[in-house]
Amino acid sequence: MTTYVLRRLVLMVPVAFLVTVGVFMLIHLTPGDPALIILGEDRSPQAIAQIHQELGLDKPLYVQYVIWIDNVVHGDWGRSITTHEPVAGAITERLPATIELGVVALIWSLLVAIPLGTIAAVRRGSVVDKLATGIAVAGVSVPNFFIGIVLIFVLSVSARLFPFGGYVPFFQDPWESLRHVALPAIALGTAGTAINMRFTRSSMIEVLGLDYIRTARAKGASWRRVVFIHALKNALIPVVTIVGLQIGGIIEGAVVTETVFTWPGVGRLAVESIFNRDYTVVQGVVLLAAFSYMVANLVVDLVYGWLDPRISYA
Amino acid sequence: MSNAPAIVAAEGPIRRRPVALLELARKNRGVLVGLALVAVLFLVALLAPVISPHDPIATEPDNAYLPPLSPGHALGTDELGRDQISRILWGARISLPVAFVAVAVGLVAGGLIGLISGYAGGLTDLLLMRVIDALLAFPALILAIALVAALGPSLRIAIGIVAIPAYARLVRAVVLQLKQMEFVVATRSLGATPVRIVLRHLIPNLMNPVLVQVSLSAGFAILAEAVLSFLGLGAQPPTPDWGQMITTGRTFLPNDPWLAIIPGVAISITVYSFNLLGDSLRDALDPRLRR
Repeated sequence: MTTYVLRRLVLMVPVAFLVTVGVFMLIHLTPGDPALIILGEDRSPQAIAQIHQELGLDKPLYVQYVIWIDNVVHGDWGRSITTHEPVAGAITERLPATIELGVVALIWSLLVAIPLGTIAAVRRGSVVDKLATGIAVAGVSVPNFFIGIVLIFVLSVSARLFPFGGYVPFFQDPWESLRHVALPAIALGTAGTAINMRFTRSSMIEVLGLDYIRTARAKGASWRRVVFIHALKNALIPVVTIVGLQIGGIIEGAVVTETVFTWPGVGRLAVESIFNRDYTVVQGVVLLAAFSYMVANLVVDLVYGWLDPRISYA
Repeated sequence: MSNAPAIVAAEGPIRRRPVALLELARKNRGVLVGLALVAVLFLVALLAPVISPHDPIATEPDNAYLPPLSPGHALGTDELGRDQISRILWGARISLPVAFVAVAVGLVAGGLIGLISGYAGGLTDLLLMRVIDALLAFPALILAIALVAALGPSLRIAIGIVAIPAYARLVRAVVLQLKQMEFVVATRSLGATPVRIVLRHLIPNLMNPVLVQVSLSAGFAILAEAVLSFLGLGAQPPTPDWGQMITTGRTFLPNDPWLAIIPGVAISITVYSFNLLGDSLRDALDPRLRR
């Protein structure tokens, strides 16, 4: 196991390097001189040169990379080109909103997906199964911004059951917080629900066909007990993998939903920064998203091995 | 995707040609329905100029906000009095080509990386797969938005780049399996060149799993295109584009919800068709699920 963990960590080094190079190049691949965006009207050559010097843009590219990565490691993610706010601060300020949205969406998706996927697997071929599989394909086909718009229209504007927009931090007022997060979380969680349900279903079908299930039945355990105690535990192993990756992808997933619901999270920050050509902020968000995905991937691999001892570490 | 290797392994003797699509459609209802829906979509895109009852960009202010089922306008008209059904039909001509380009980019680039990685093995494999890992770690949607915002809507290829890792990993996994099978080993010992082995023996056997991925990634590409258009980065007005129609229609939700709902349904049906086809193909081709 130790060798496996080490090997996994070593393999992550070149990936992390490539990711940072990619993020670093982001600002250089995009047209337009950042100095011009900062300066606006005053565009004297001296002023431009001064900004270049301040930002280190006059140095060779590899030197710029080394300086940048050194700063990033030390928590200095640069300053926003438009607001001059530190990027790291701007992101951490908005992170709680994104995390709350992502976590509620995930919980919602699992609450629907696991029972429905299990029932579909147990009653394979039944109406419930056909309905569940139909929903599974449809769930990943409807754009989440469209789901968001429909939810806003039906449940917020017409029925007035939920507030539209606005974020209330959970620890400030849990009830209001949940009321505000409900609609965006449902919109965001629909695709996840579909994916998790299909994983639960197919994994459950596979497990239910195994010998130990027959043994459990033969020794007289009730069907309900076999399904929920014996089978579900093992059937959820692949679901853990996919859920882990969904956690790693929270920031990216939230981009559109946050925009539709004007949710003050990192995803909306990314979109706003892209439109404002504020590439230092975009860089920061992309870096954070990439690293959270990589870490989630690593954790998933390790947890998977721990949950299923049959997986070899060779 | 993870089912792919099983498709090859459990089929035993390797076929020289992929299972014909129509043959599968005859046996599997999902494949049949998916295939029919996709065919209809392509026909709509192709024939939009012929079958559209009205000019999609001709405005008729006197006829604005007509509800669906109005005489002469089956799906009503928008805020400028443009015929909705014509705009929806023409919209297919924006969405489907994007899917086509994205799939082509993902398939060619990802497929090539997967083939080389899987066939060469060793250090080449190790390095190429790290590049793929890095690509996978990037938040694809944020990158696509940033690229299109910076470089213009012509950069729809961004959506295709996002699809590369899936193809690379799939093709590599299948090649790794095929490489060890007796018929490939035998061909190699008979002196066949690597190029011949890849072209004559590996690629034909890759067709089925790749077909599943093509269908699923086409669905993804259309969704991604819709997101870009919704954010205002797609085709610009007055070009009829589904995502952009939702953005505009959103403003009129309280009184005329149809303006946003109809294009939303159009996107959903299109993506559903590709997903249904891909999904059913996977089931039909996976012997483990055939029981």
